[in-house]
Amino acid sequence: MKLIFELGAEGRGLSLMPPCDVPEVRLSDERTEALRLPHVSENELTRHYSALCKRIHGVNDGFYPLGSCTMKYNPKIDEDMAALPGFTQLHPLQPEGTVQGALEAYHTLGGALCEIFGMDDVSFQPAAGAHGEFTGVMLIKAYHVDRGDLNRTKIIVPDSAHGTNPATAAMCGFEVVNIPSGADGCVDLDALRAAVGPDTAGLMLTNPNTVGIFDKNILEITKIVHDAGGLCYYDGANLNAIMGVVRPGDMGFDCIHSNLHKTFATPHGGGGPGAGVCGCKAFLRKYMPGPLVVKKDGVYAFDYPEKSIGRVKMFYGNFAVVIRALTYVLSLGKAGIEDAAKCAVLNANYMKARLSDKFDMAYEGICMHEFVMTLVKLHDETGCSALDLAKGMLDFGLHPPTMYFPLIVHEALMVEPCETESKELMDEVCDIYCKLYDMAYENPQALHDAPVSTPVRRLDEVAAARNMVLRYQFS
Amino acid sequence: MGSYVPHTAAQRAEMLAAVGVKSLDELYQSVPSEMLLNGKLNIPAGLSELEVREAVTAMAEKNKVYKTVLRGAGSYRHFIPAVVKSVTSREELVTCYTPYQAEISQGVLQGVFEFQTMICELTGMDVSNASHYDGATAAAETIPMCKDRKRTKAYVSATVNPQVIETMQTYCFASNTELVVIPAKDGKTDPEALQAALGADAACFLMQQPNYYGLIEDAEALGAAVHAAGAKFVMSVNPIACALLKTPRACGADIVVADGQPLGLDTAFGGPYLGIMATTSAMTRKLPGRIVGETHDVDGNTGYVLTLSAREQHIRREKASSNICSNQALCAFTAGVYMAAMGENGMKQCARLCLSKAHYFAAELEKIGCKLKYTGEFFHEFVTEVACPNCRARILDALDQAGILGGEAVDGGILWCVTELVSKAQLDRAVAIVKEVL
Repeated sequence: MKLIFELGAEGRGLSLMPPCDVPEVRLSDERTEALRLPHVSENELTRHYSALCKRIHGVNDGFYPLGSCTMKYNPKIDEDMAALPGFTQLHPLQPEGTVQGALEAYHTLGGALCEIFGMDDVSFQPAAGAHGEFTGVMLIKAYHVDRGDLNRTKIIVPDSAHGTNPATAAMCGFEVVNIPSGADGCVDLDALRAAVGPDTAGLMLTNPNTVGIFDKNILEITKIVHDAGGLCYYDGANLNAIMGVVRPGDMGFDCIHSNLHKTFATPHGGGGPGAGVCGCKAFLRKYMPGPLVVKKDGVYAFDYPEKSIGRVKMFYGNFAVVIRALTYVLSLGKAGIEDAAKCAVLNANYMKARLSDKFDMAYEGICMHEFVMTLVKLHDETGCSALDLAKGMLDFGLHPPTMYFPLIVHEALMVEPCETESKELMDEVCDIYCKLYDMAYENPQALHDAPVSTPVRRLDEVAAARNMVLRYQFS
Repeated sequence: MGSYVPHTAAQRAEMLAAVGVKSLDELYQSVPSEMLLNGKLNIPAGLSELEVREAVTAMAEKNKVYKTVLRGAGSYRHFIPAVVKSVTSREELVTCYTPYQAEISQGVLQGVFEFQTMICELTGMDVSNASHYDGATAAAETIPMCKDRKRTKAYVSATVNPQVIETMQTYCFASNTELVVIPAKDGKTDPEALQAALGADAACFLMQQPNYYGLIEDAEALGAAVHAAGAKFVMSVNPIACALLKTPRACGADIVVADGQPLGLDTAFGGPYLGIMATTSAMTRKLPGRIVGETHDVDGNTGYVLTLSAREQHIRREKASSNICSNQALCAFTAGVYMAAMGENGMKQCARLCLSKAHYFAAELEKIGCKLKYTGEFFHEFVTEVACPNCRARILDALDQAGILGGEAVDGGILWCVTELVSKAQLDRAVAIVKEVL
């Protein structure tokens, strides 16, 4: 398919700007370099982007069980609400008195999230999950620095963690201590006990963890860290499994981030914008990025915490994403939030049970909202890898599960169906997975060749990295 | 109560039986029972769609939407062509994830590849990433691109947007980096102070063009001073102004960052916006975040993939150049559609309208006795001197009552912004209101 630069003709374009109604001004030193932007008609432009959209698989197009990404259905009412001019047309520096509804939206969702997290306050400033992690770990840093406890230089991260965890700890100036997981995929308590000490700043943990298991020792884990003088940070990537059922704050965590674009149903837009709201216990509030929204005598206002770590971005956060999440939380409410979590867990366990006859599971037993299959045996016996099976799924119109993560499971496929998928669809998908499994034995070459029905077939990633063609080259 | 769970009661029972448990609660057997909420989550009951619409609309209606906006300071209300929202509300685009499965994500990948190309054109740089969170985080993340064992200090001009400086300070507190603010002189970076400050340990200097006060800085001279000290020269730019101003590349920039919000994104109370980051070929591998590259499939057809991922957190973990994972892909896509719709002519016309209208407004304000605080050339923002805070408040209140969001109160004055959306008639009206207050 052509790039937009290869369409249209010089002199063609849309008629958008009015004539200038004031005297025209020129600067003393203006740009002389060409600005080679597309020359397309509106018809050409919209057809181009329609064609691009046909080459995208979204949640609206079909099953999307991307483990750890919580690709649940994105409700349409949420989009409608985020598009209200009373929100979209607000300037971020308007007087507080003119944005009371916007502040109410932040405050209302903030209150509900504090309750769901078991935390005392939240900041919506972080723009994404990793950005929320950064904010949370900075709270830990600020806490120790403020107390003059300057030797706490290490953050403990399990080897099953998302890559963002160690990367975040490093960005915050900490040394990363990786600890191995136990055979059950959970934190090895002895390894944790051996790792903590007077240099421990904190622990970053996902629970349920990245293999989809709720760590039953969680209270012991957070106690070990607290006893050593460290703080506990909760990575909310997997919050969808437990919202309304059990709270990170009650597990002993001191701060948290949650991805509104996962758990709270806001769409992911091909990689963002998301929102990585950061929550904390009361004793950490004074370090939060400012401003926070407070309500005093019925009026909403901004409040700047006294020992704030400072801003983590401009203004207050990805506001339009927050409106979508607010709409979602108001819709589901108390019972709906809890039921969504439980059905997410039900769906994962249902698919796991249906697939267990054929596929090897990395961990047996009841899982949370996702489960990990390991295709080592299949790979050894047929030569078909997790990648081959995933590519086979593309020809059935399915988005594959997360591949090769977590790193501690070999030939991993991590399946997170989400609560919004029906039993009928999951039955169909399980049949397809089993058919592909059989195909690996019967006709492995077909899987090596897959996909065959997609707009392009397997792409040469090595060539992409070597040749580095990162922009269109005008002739 | 709203719910998006499709299961019937019979199906729930059937699925529980298949799993081998009797109830949904039994699925949480590994959770210590003392921690379970057991239905005690203290938030309101759910609402029907009709009720939710009413509740959220009521919040939106409590906000004041100004007919005329004369405030910028980091967020700019511009005209957004109809095609932009039409294209970027497509469900496929809105509801997909990061394009990990390239074969079924070519639309996103190609759209971002086109965006990267347009950013390179706009800035004159060789390579752009697929986006960062916003202009401030993009600015902050240039520092680790420039630091090495010997060059450990970062510098920023005092004429940069204060929220950007504050964000950079937060990131520098994180990475234990010293950030030095170079003072301003007459509203612009003081070149002598810069020259005197830069030593052998200088990693980079970031300036803003046009700066926070709207003034056009002598970027080339600042860049030359930075390069003479062996440091990297980073420019934070306004993407609309780029259509008229000398490109950052021509000014010697090693890295360019911007907030891409003016490129077709609503002001939306501060987000989501778009962080733009572009650099030279030599620094490609130091860029944080996703980058889309061209390649070919097994049949030789051209296609696009996320590339150079060996820089990123999911591969490098604690050794990664940044922790960024999700970015602002849909915002980048939107900026791409906006620039495609505007074309070179539209971008230049828009920039010319902003420039001309801002100068008209400044001249009219001067006629009624508002003195410009600084004398240098400016783009679409400028500061009028209003020494007493009460006078600032009176001017802004009077405009507010007429449905006009006046400029941003800054130290010793008001920072005004005019975009193509404001007509001459609206500007004349604003001037008349200010005149009455004076």
